[in-house]
Amino acid sequence: MNYPEDYRYTKEHEWVHLAGDTATVGITFHAQEELGDIVYVDLPKPGQKVEKGKSFGSVESVKAVSDIYAPVSGEVIEVNEGLATAPEKLNEDPHKAAWLIKIRVDGSADFNSLLSAADYQSYIGAEA
Amino acid sequence: MNNQLKRTPLNGVHRALGAKMVDFGGWDMPVQYSGIVDEHNTVRNSVGLFDVSHMGEIEIEGPDAIDLTDFVTTNAVRKMKDGQAHYSGLLYEHGGFVDDILVHRVSPARFFLCVNASNQEKDFEHIRNQNRFDCEARFASERYAQLAIQGPRALETAQKSTATDLSGIRYYWFADGEFAGVPARIAHTGYTGEDGFEIYVAPEHAVDVWNAILEAGKPFGIKPCGLGARNTLRLEAKMALYGHEIGASITPFEADLGWIVKMDKGEFTGRAALEKQLKKGVTRKLAGFEMRSRGIARDGYEVSIDGAAAGWVTSGSPSPTLNRNIGLALLPVERAKPGEKIQVTIRNQQVEAETVPTPFYKRTK
Repeated sequence: MNYPEDYRYTKEHEWVHLAGDTATVGITFHAQEELGDIVYVDLPKPGQKVEKGKSFGSVESVKAVSDIYAPVSGEVIEVNEGLATAPEKLNEDPHKAAWLIKIRVDGSADFNSLLSAADYQSYIGAEA
Repeated sequence: MNNQLKRTPLNGVHRALGAKMVDFGGWDMPVQYSGIVDEHNTVRNSVGLFDVSHMGEIEIEGPDAIDLTDFVTTNAVRKMKDGQAHYSGLLYEHGGFVDDILVHRVSPARFFLCVNASNQEKDFEHIRNQNRFDCEARFASERYAQLAIQGPRALETAQKSTATDLSGIRYYWFADGEFAGVPARIAHTGYTGEDGFEIYVAPEHAVDVWNAILEAGKPFGIKPCGLGARNTLRLEAKMALYGHEIGASITPFEADLGWIVKMDKGEFTGRAALEKQLKKGVTRKLAGFEMRSRGIARDGYEVSIDGAAAGWVTSGSPSPTLNRNIGLALLPVERAKPGEKIQVTIRNQQVEAETVPTPFYKRTK
């Protein structure tokens, strides 16, 4: 699986991509694979604040509920509304079309403290 | 991987098939292969194969085997014929469940019990401690692997591997014969709400029998299925799962399993407590519900009615067959009938749900 080099990753299996002060956040291919058939996504509304390391929503498969954690702090400016009616997109294209939320980042933040694509892949390799 | 986990004889087969493995009550078991929804639908529409070798077996043998079996279980053992099976309960004196089990009558002097994996040692001790009869209870789990062939094409699939006429085995009856060339107990039972067979063979034959069934089912698109699909299938059929719908603090009447308790059959363990409960009136009961607002109820979530705590979800899941979010909950008895508005607490939010008739799914015969 391709883990984009220009993304950063968390040990909780989120990815984040920064463009200017906007961070796009999703779950990783590995996360959706572990969850299986995703049937429900619970996301915050635009305007809500999220805090790095805190849960901002959840993804549910047939079998399990999984919290999603914010990789950066800031304000939610956009939510991927399509996922409410088509959560299975998270199984199909988790790194692109099925992004979850966009966050306006507070300050320059701690983006660099997150895992690189290579580090994340060795992390999940070690976990598996 | 945790080396402490127990493995079935098919462990290597599951791994080779790429199954996702989980710790299921101390057993390293496949939760899914192709995906829970795909496997679930395969069982509803055609046929699926499950490794359920983690299940336990206990044999009761001797001149008074019928007396011990009848005494420790709730259902009417004395009404069974040779070759018949039934669902039953093992209860504590206080009326709660030790386990739910399948009882097979081989002969009046020989009974074969299929029990839950994580309860098998406890069940065996429980039965042995009450044995004041002329018979012996034997722990037999290590002598059996069990494979479940389930779905509308199960009969055609299974028939290819045996000379025993399977259409002659009625539902909840069994026959001893040969299956895929090895001695087998072939039971017309299951835990999916579909037609199907559960095949008990010696562990050393499990891999060959598994492969024979997959080969026989190929024309029907048979798929190996994991415990994830087994759970959604049994929930739609409203079949109880130990630790969820039933347990030590729940009686058969509360679990809506009054039909497995035969109060008039004579003395059995737990009877006095059940009689007392009937006299006082059962105060809570299992009910099926469907979510009416967005959200999925999960096991253990709190249920409230009119703002007051009223019970909890014993099992909850999306239903792949109905495409709705369903569940079972233990509710005050007066609210356990269909059409009641209830609220399920999902991550601190009260989400609307409504009690509905069960089972959620019933196959057309």
